Amino acid sequence: MFRTILIILAVCLAAPSIASAQDLQSILQSHQKLVAKPSAKTVGTVLDDLAASGLSGTADFLERWRNKELWVRTEDGLFFYTTADGSDLTLLDIDTGETVGTAIKKDLKQIRPNGGVRKAIASALVQFQLSDPDIARRTAAVDAIARAMTADQLAPLQAAIDNEPDAALKARKTRLAGMLAASFADTTEARVAAIQALSDDISVDVRAVLNQILTTKRATAAALPEGANIAAQLTVGQDISETEAYAMLVDADLAPARVSASDILSALTANASDGRVADTPVGTLNTLEARAKVYDTLAAAGTVPTRITDAEAQRLIETHVYFDAYIEKDPAITQAARLALDGIETRVAVSQAADLTLDALSLASIYFLAAIGLAVTFGVMGVINMAHGEFIMMGAYTGYVVQLFIPNYTASIIVALPLAFAVTFAAGVAMERLVIRWLYHRPLETLLATFGISIALQQLAKNIFGTQARPLTSPAWLDGAWVINDVIAISYIRIAIFVLALIFLALIVWILRKTRLGLEVRAVTQNPGMAASMGINPDRINMLTFGLGSGIAGIAGVAIGLYAKVTSEMGADYIVQSFMTVVVGGVGNVWGTLAGATMIGFLQKGIEWFNPSNTLAAQTYMILFIILFIQFRPKGIVALKGRAAGD
Amino acid sequence: MKPGFLSQNPSVLWFLAALGLFTLGVTVLAEATGTGALSTSFVKTLGKTLCLCLIAIAMDVVWGYCGILSLGHFAFFGIGGYAIGMWLMYARTEAIVSESMAAAVIPPTDQEVIDAIGTQIFGVVGSSEFPVIWAFSDSLFLQLLMVVLIPGLLALVFGWLAFRSRVTGVYLSILTQAMTLALSLYLFQNDSGLRGNNGLSGLQNIPGFEDTPQSMISIAFFWASALALGLGYLLFAFVTSGKMGSVIRGIRDDEARVRFLGYHVESYKLFVFTLTAVIAGIAGALYYPQAGIINPAEIAPIASIYLAVWVAIGGRGRLYGAVIGAAFVSLLSSWFTGGGAPNVNLGVYTIQWTDWWLVLLGLSFVAVTLFAPKGIGGLFDAIAVRRTPERVGDYGPDKGALRQEEGTE
Repeated sequence: MFRTILIILAVCLAAPSIASAQDLQSILQSHQKLVAKPSAKTVGTVLDDLAASGLSGTADFLERWRNKELWVRTEDGLFFYTTADGSDLTLLDIDTGETVGTAIKKDLKQIRPNGGVRKAIASALVQFQLSDPDIARRTAAVDAIARAMTADQLAPLQAAIDNEPDAALKARKTRLAGMLAASFADTTEARVAAIQALSDDISVDVRAVLNQILTTKRATAAALPEGANIAAQLTVGQDISETEAYAMLVDADLAPARVSASDILSALTANASDGRVADTPVGTLNTLEARAKVYDTLAAAGTVPTRITDAEAQRLIETHVYFDAYIEKDPAITQAARLALDGIETRVAVSQAADLTLDALSLASIYFLAAIGLAVTFGVMGVINMAHGEFIMMGAYTGYVVQLFIPNYTASIIVALPLAFAVTFAAGVAMERLVIRWLYHRPLETLLATFGISIALQQLAKNIFGTQARPLTSPAWLDGAWVINDVIAISYIRIAIFVLALIFLALIVWILRKTRLGLEVRAVTQNPGMAASMGINPDRINMLTFGLGSGIAGIAGVAIGLYAKVTSEMGADYIVQSFMTVVVGGVGNVWGTLAGATMIGFLQKGIEWFNPSNTLAAQTYMILFIILFIQFRPKGIVALKGRAAGD
Repeated sequence: MKPGFLSQNPSVLWFLAALGLFTLGVTVLAEATGTGALSTSFVKTLGKTLCLCLIAIAMDVVWGYCGILSLGHFAFFGIGGYAIGMWLMYARTEAIVSESMAAAVIPPTDQEVIDAIGTQIFGVVGSSEFPVIWAFSDSLFLQLLMVVLIPGLLALVFGWLAFRSRVTGVYLSILTQAMTLALSLYLFQNDSGLRGNNGLSGLQNIPGFEDTPQSMISIAFFWASALALGLGYLLFAFVTSGKMGSVIRGIRDDEARVRFLGYHVESYKLFVFTLTAVIAGIAGALYYPQAGIINPAEIAPIASIYLAVWVAIGGRGRLYGAVIGAAFVSLLSSWFTGGGAPNVNLGVYTIQWTDWWLVLLGLSFVAVTLFAPKGIGGLFDAIAVRRTPERVGDYGPDKGALRQEEGTE
């Protein structure tokens, strides 16, 4: 039938003018009986003729016919579409769609094609849609096939590949036809060839097709059945437990059901009277053994079914075999599919490793951004700033406020970055002047005082912006993700954060190593007294350094806010991790912070990979690991040596 | 003749007398034993506050005397609470389950009872199996042992690791904070075996005392808390006095110098850290039956930092300071956040203390750190005759060493 459609379609595409001389009604009238009372066997003739006609209304007609919207007038056998008009029907011409009159319901008969017919119509319809001149309809048809693949779609799809003018859609059709062929082609050779062709595609739907072919069914029998396509034989106690094995036997009617502890209990309850079961007082029945004994007494009297003994159950389990059999009968096909799937899975694993690496890099860059400001204030200056997280939060809220005034997201981010730096720089300088400089020799007090500032700032943010999360929307060009294949994908926003982290690394290293300020910072850090006698003002340097570290925290806040939500507690989420990053990396060294962030990022993603559903556990284990790590390298990964160490 | 313990520590007698008077006063005013001027819930609040005072003096010993700013003592407090909570919850559920199962025709087997308890307790986290850590939950004695042993062992192992590798100062603080964070994150998981973020609840119902009214239970716990606080105060006053106390304070002021004098600094620190952790666990075990519920949020790092805040505001390095700080700040905090404080109308803006209390606390904390390092306890110096040591210059040469202006003890 499909071949006929194919030829006819080719003909009518070549010479549409010849066929269009007819109209639908006349074609249908020539097969009046077959249309009015369609059957799966005979409907092919009608469909072939309809296809041959090349009439533009054919697809529409087929759809309506399938959906039981076609009516036949009893007196003259003409076909109409109808719309309900009260109790009457308005008749519409099937060619023009115009109203031709009204009729009462009993003068017409609704045509209700059965399932087989509807299926035939549907596949003819697919053919029409796949070759529709409108690309949107063709795409929709391809989408529909991809959603639910069935055997009868294969031929029309293959037929529709060559005439496809759009290259992208043609590629999709070819790929889809390949998947259909792997599942539904007629010959073993064709299917094996199609499966092999799929083996270099790691996408999810191809894996689904192959897994579908490799579906197995677990079964049990006295011996392995002849001719079955066995995937694996199962060993009791290793692949399946004895309980499962026995349950399979019961399901297959190969063994009687066992009497469970709860069965015994309900049997005893049912047979209890006057506080006794089978002459045993119920008070003594509070162990499983006692209950079993009484149950056996009842069974011996014939009141309840006999229990199967453990030995008998064991014998039954041992005298049967358990296996997974492929639903697909042909071993050549399952073998090819297994081979293809194994190859694909190896590649998927490689891709997953690459994806995990990207994820870890991205997490590391977020930790790095959060910690780099701390690397300056804590690492270089030795000041514990528990309010560092709140500076991150201030930066993020600055971004949010800027977006309230500047609706253009790109422009607002460009404004927000320096503004966040300015705001947190000012806050940092103010904090240094007002609080920290009085506490330079009392680090524990610094910790507590900055913590006081931290809770005050957090509550202040809550009072101003409310407790709900505020959005910080990224520009449209940062939406979406860089998709390499079905497994490897990374969102642009994460790439941007990564790039930002790199820029800051370079910037900080440059400032500390190559500028006058950096030189003075290092001098003041090592020996304030000596630096002062060389004409450096330590107060000013401390103030500027602290401001710099805080300012960077502000910019990190904008970046983190873009990818996570802005809340008053966002800083607190990062503060412990940030300190960990600095301590693990090695205090006093920006490269150490980089190493620390990389290690923590990779470690966390690595642990998450072992237990993907549980990020809480990953964090727990990571912190434990860090505590142990500090035991063995108390000075961090990159330990300062010599005079710079400052001890 | 060597001066006696009490004459060396005059504050002990004063404190015990004040605590006794306070307990007596509350007893007279409570519902169950007196006039009823104090509601049951307020008696509970006072009892809880006494437990917080107990952990605060533990914190004071480890921080104010020994110089270890531990940001993890609330974890030990929480562990103590969980340990007693497990027995409370198990025993109570057992009573309920046994009662409901007694109606069955055939008496239940032991295993069936345990399974039913498991379903009751762990139903909220989609499980019914008893995790291994509940192995002793049916025995009050063993769980009481856990209250002491688990915090003690954890502190011992953690402290040994940390002090051995000479992690000191802020690094140690961050490390203890990390430990607390790890513990609370772990407990937040549903499969941690302690009901995830649901925590343990219904702890105010004491098994075996179902018929005793809560007013009586609350005053009993209040007495127990007062007793524990009194004993804890005596214990810590003993630890921090005499030669041992001098060594401990020496470690605070200059660890290296004490080490060069031949003392094994790590052992002293480990002893103080572990002992205070055990006391923290006991305080927690008394606190949570009065609170009625414990969940992992109680263990979050922020709680331990608040503990440090109390001690700092009350005055470090003196036990009564810690008690004053904990009582003052926690009661004030519940007064402000509970809406007890009147709003302040500034014309353009009305300050609602429920919103602004934390801002006030944070800022006053900064102010205390900057301007009154001795805290509220420092006020007592004005009335007490204190021997001012004749020392010159700063006490220790290092960063972090106690400065002259704060070290007058």
